[in-house]
Amino acid sequence: MELNKFEDVFEGKLAKNEMVEPKDWMPDNYRKHLIRQISQHAHSEIVGMLPEGNWITRAPSLRSKVVLLAKVQDEGGHGLYLYTAAETLGVSRDELLNNLHTGKAKYSSIFNYPTLTWADIGAVGWLVDGAAIMNQVMLQRTSYGPYARAMVRICKEESFHQRQGFEIMTRLAFGTEDQKAMAQDALNRWWYPTMMMFGPPDAESPNSENAMKWRIKRETNDQLRQKFVNQTVPQVEYLGLTVPDANLKWNEAKKGYDYSEPNWVEFKNVISGNGPCNKERLAARNKAHDEGAWVREAAQAFAKKRKEVYAAA
Amino acid sequence: MSDNQGPVWEIFLQKKAGQPFVHCGSLHAFDKEMALQNARDLYTRRGEGVSIWAVPSNAIVASSPEDIGPFFEPSNDKVYRHPTFYQIPDAIGHM
Repeated sequence: MELNKFEDVFEGKLAKNEMVEPKDWMPDNYRKHLIRQISQHAHSEIVGMLPEGNWITRAPSLRSKVVLLAKVQDEGGHGLYLYTAAETLGVSRDELLNNLHTGKAKYSSIFNYPTLTWADIGAVGWLVDGAAIMNQVMLQRTSYGPYARAMVRICKEESFHQRQGFEIMTRLAFGTEDQKAMAQDALNRWWYPTMMMFGPPDAESPNSENAMKWRIKRETNDQLRQKFVNQTVPQVEYLGLTVPDANLKWNEAKKGYDYSEPNWVEFKNVISGNGPCNKERLAARNKAHDEGAWVREAAQAFAKKRKEVYAAA
Repeated sequence: MSDNQGPVWEIFLQKKAGQPFVHCGSLHAFDKEMALQNARDLYTRRGEGVSIWAVPSNAIVASSPEDIGPFFEPSNDKVYRHPTFYQIPDAIGHM
């Protein structure tokens, strides 16, 4: 087949809402875009384990501890689903991890903020996972088959994450005055960083146009952000807390809330490595990877030795 | 760069006894036991399966997307392979 024929088949699939599979022909830029997006997504899951892992040993009860352990384990699993999805595009796991560990690859800016109190674990589950789910529900229909299938699995598992976060928030918000203040403080600190998770405004988003054209994304950054605000504000009201945005107001005409944009200068700083915890996160990832080297070596040596024993027998 | 993640395995899960095994994803492991254990940890954290197949990815033979026409074509014109091709008298009812 000639190149333009391949392109016609590819475009035809997108037009018919069919999925592109690993062995199908795809434009180089589509492949590159996917590798970047899926690996960033995978890195975000893995780095996302760190701010929550921070509280496993200090969870206030055994129940909250086992729940948090299960959630952090899920995030690790999600990272692995996504790495294998990225690998179907012809990139190796080592390469992906190396890009993360050397700071070459990006991950979600949100994980460069610290989890200072137990209320932050509530806010992360409720807001950060809530925002992630909004994005991931859309990605279940993304045009690349392995990515879409990983998302279906991830979405099934994520719903408990958001609920556990909201449960923590309700306990604090309906608890003592001090506990309620903790919940409000966490909301104040996580609101805008969460809003940033959907990415820059559509007009300034360099990757959005292609992502929409190729049906990798089906809703724009601003559409998802609006959806998130509309969904979350009633939950904030239920908790008796206040969104830290004086401009937040219901707009009947658009059937949605008007809201203030997050500080996009801060966003740029954080994704370029200058957030509050970027160095700490990267150091923790590198340490875990380096200290796990002997496990990988031992597993490899064991498999090799056993193969030799079988061969000799 | 050293490739020290181990080979890739494709994982198939059987949801319940008697049902077919369905592909659920892949993972890295150095040997069979590790592949099974990793599959259990990664793909059955919520009772998603009662049985697992782990198959080395490089052992799988797959048809090519370009073949979709010619490769499957022989079955397209054989409508007589489907039950709807045949007429059964009304008096017989369901068959």
